[in-house]
Amino acid sequence: MTIAPVAASTAGASLFGRLEHLLPLVAKPIQYVGGELNATCKDWDAVRVRWALMYPDAYEVGAPNQGVQILYEVLNERPDALAERTYAVWPDLEALMRQHQVPQFTVDGHRSAREFDVLGLSFATELGYTNMLTALDLAGIPLAAVDRDLSHPIVVAGGHAAFNPEPIADFIDAAVLGDGEEAVGLITDLVADWKDRGRPGGREGLLLELAGTGSIYVPQFYQVHYLPDGRIQRIAPNRPEVPWRVRKHTLMDLDAWPYPKQPLVPMAETVHERMSVEIFRGCTRGCRFCQAGMITRPVRERSITGIAQMVDNGLRKTGYEEVGLLSLSSADHSEIADVARNLADRYEGTQTALSLPSTRVDAFNVDLANELSRNGRRSGLTFAPEGGSERIRRVINKLVSEEDLIRTVTTAYAAGWRQVKLYFMCGLPTESDEDVLQIATLAREVIKAGRAASGRRDIRCTVSIGGFVPKPHTPFQWAAQLDHEQTDARLMKLRDAIRADREYGKAIGLRYHDGKPGIVEGLLSRGDRRVGRVIEQAWRDGARFDGWSEYFSFDRWMLAAEAALAGTGVDVDWFTTRERDRVEVLPWDHLDSGLDAQWLWEDWQDALDEVAVDDCRWTPCFDCGVCDQMGTQIQVGPTGVVDLPFPATAPRASVLADS
Amino acid sequence: MSRQPPDRNVAPAVQRLRLRYAKRDRLRFASHRDFQRAFERALRRAEIPIAFSAGFSPHPKVSYANAAPTGAASEAEYLEIAVTAVCDPERVRAALDAALPPGLDVVEVVPARTPDFAERLQASCWRIELPGVTGEQAQSAVAALLAAPEVIVERLTKQGRRSFDARGAIDSLEVVPVPDADAECAILTAVVRHGTPTVRPDDVLAALRHVATLVPPAPPRVTRLAQGPHTPGERTVGDPFAADRS
Repeated sequence: MTIAPVAASTAGASLFGRLEHLLPLVAKPIQYVGGELNATCKDWDAVRVRWALMYPDAYEVGAPNQGVQILYEVLNERPDALAERTYAVWPDLEALMRQHQVPQFTVDGHRSAREFDVLGLSFATELGYTNMLTALDLAGIPLAAVDRDLSHPIVVAGGHAAFNPEPIADFIDAAVLGDGEEAVGLITDLVADWKDRGRPGGREGLLLELAGTGSIYVPQFYQVHYLPDGRIQRIAPNRPEVPWRVRKHTLMDLDAWPYPKQPLVPMAETVHERMSVEIFRGCTRGCRFCQAGMITRPVRERSITGIAQMVDNGLRKTGYEEVGLLSLSSADHSEIADVARNLADRYEGTQTALSLPSTRVDAFNVDLANELSRNGRRSGLTFAPEGGSERIRRVINKLVSEEDLIRTVTTAYAAGWRQVKLYFMCGLPTESDEDVLQIATLAREVIKAGRAASGRRDIRCTVSIGGFVPKPHTPFQWAAQLDHEQTDARLMKLRDAIRADREYGKAIGLRYHDGKPGIVEGLLSRGDRRVGRVIEQAWRDGARFDGWSEYFSFDRWMLAAEAALAGTGVDVDWFTTRERDRVEVLPWDHLDSGLDAQWLWEDWQDALDEVAVDDCRWTPCFDCGVCDQMGTQIQVGPTGVVDLPFPATAPRASVLADS
Repeated sequence: MSRQPPDRNVAPAVQRLRLRYAKRDRLRFASHRDFQRAFERALRRAEIPIAFSAGFSPHPKVSYANAAPTGAASEAEYLEIAVTAVCDPERVRAALDAALPPGLDVVEVVPARTPDFAERLQASCWRIELPGVTGEQAQSAVAALLAAPEVIVERLTKQGRRSFDARGAIDSLEVVPVPDADAECAILTAVVRHGTPTVRPDDVLAALRHVATLVPPAPPRVTRLAQGPHTPGERTVGDPFAADRS
């Protein structure tokens, strides 16, 4: 159903009056009302460029998202722009909104998403694609970018999934690769200027200006040519002024960008009930399965001083009682030991918990966890060996020996930790049943060592295992994904091996998911433009919230793929379980993450040869290509600052009685 | 390592403060758990010297009384906190009010001078707006309800589906005269005694539906106007802070 546009005179008007009487009829209505602490709602008529920022999942997942919070604040700080947030509405409210003609709305001003100049979507995962279609449809924005006119927002995708936006190329107007802080400023400038000049060239004129920057991808200006066998022949611009390749954005000097300065504090319960401080961006560990580590290079650290200021400011502004120090591998910060000691000293006795979501397998990581839990309870520690055998860990470049792991968990159990969680993947390239079954052996050794170190029998080890999905811009982008039948069979063998262990099996917990959702994720990750029709079909058949097992339907996706790919010569297996060779044109080859294609290929060959590669932070550069291509460099400490001059605890003057 | 709680020097509580707060406008959609999280964060932002319990996971000493249901606005919610330093009640009120989002408003703070506060919250006065219902329809439904000796309603509780009498707890139920006679929105006020289970506004509405098939075409808007001591048969409730103020 398409919702009729509202008259121009009411643009920016609040829809809350129309929404309000629907709220008593839906679950958790508080998620739709906005008004969070530190939220901003600016005057519609006082700015030139208006952004609606969408995290295409439920509010409870989207509201804590750091990326959206940062862009929301960066944009709202500009006097000429405003930004409001919008999230996916659950099916109960979606049905009522359709029935009562209420369009997709922002939670800040409850304004219709269709009235903004730009609708920016942050895709942390491909499983948000169907939620985007729901939002576009509820907003009254045509699903196909080519059907939109000047009255519709420019739809821009960002986030990690935007490094291969081809499956959603028909639905978006543009995609931004990489860090968004400066990119949103660039887009705002261009939109403002284009509006001031009377919108020359119309919608296409603006898109051409965006594409002309070389760092904003406009899919409709690129033509994909296919070979008779279904592979891509080439992807080429269809306008002379549009560049052949589009490069990613890289933000340098994190200390100059201490966002969010005003972290949002949702009223509704969310998946992260804490404040987050990003302590560095990027990772050069070189784990070959990890897309985040490949596309966010180089490493850029926030300094110890910058971290301390953000923690202090954030706690004052939010009242949160927990701070998470976030990054892709937090124990790798060059000043992390001093950061941990200073923060633990500063907040001792204040009921403020510090957490370091690090999964590094070494004793240093345990020391850090001990420091941060100085006064708290030591419940569980998490490590991520990722692969069950040393052989497979060389393939994925996760350099942890079994001896390291046992030594690390022994240290943890001896320090009073009662539970160790181990993360693994199933379906890695070259993997056999034996590689996965070694996880059971490893877990058994962990319990054995833990019982000896702690002198107790009630310690536990939880094995958490998920199916591996090959991702674009990684050395495994050419790999065959394991089909879901074999994934499930392997997981069952692992389960049986743990169950059969009479002495240790009861101390080992196993958490796993079946392999089917991974196949859909794989289709959306490495798909090309032909997959767009599958997404639209699945959505028309009811697909919503595909990251939620209670809404996900594998059969619906497979039926949609069968219908939508009929006659193309390609199918789901072709996109997922098929290995690619060096000469094949990949759908994202024209999108430049900085990684050198030849280096990626050689790293893939090294993986097959079980050859490891080191980290360029402490060994010489191994020419992945990013710094040269992007004109960037590693930014790491130590800064030399060891002790922080924390502001003295402010006296609680204001509320005490005069004595 | 020992599994005993670490030995902390827990500062003792030296004063107890009672708060009346309001839940207004769009924040009426906050659940009680949502409010608890927001309030505990506000305590930290306002730097209230709140007392903590001892143990592995110390929690701030806050006692919540009788929260209004999600979706109902309220002018009269109550809670009590314990603090480790003697505070000025008005300064605490202002600091907490500023630290809470607009719509969660701290109306009054008094030092606790008497015991058994929760027992003073004997009844609530509710205002129920019924959009799309005329005064006459409301009047006849109210008359039918008041004439009934008992009206059994059903509600899903934590213990499962329960049936109970909603009529007995209703001490008064009136249709408020609306100045604009054409306005299709009847307004009721009800004084309802607290009990187990407490009869809530939606139970009153269920009872009206039961005795007079009164089904409002749009969701009603409910506001708790007051809670406090109550003499059976009276049409008002008293001020629960009266004893602490003297």
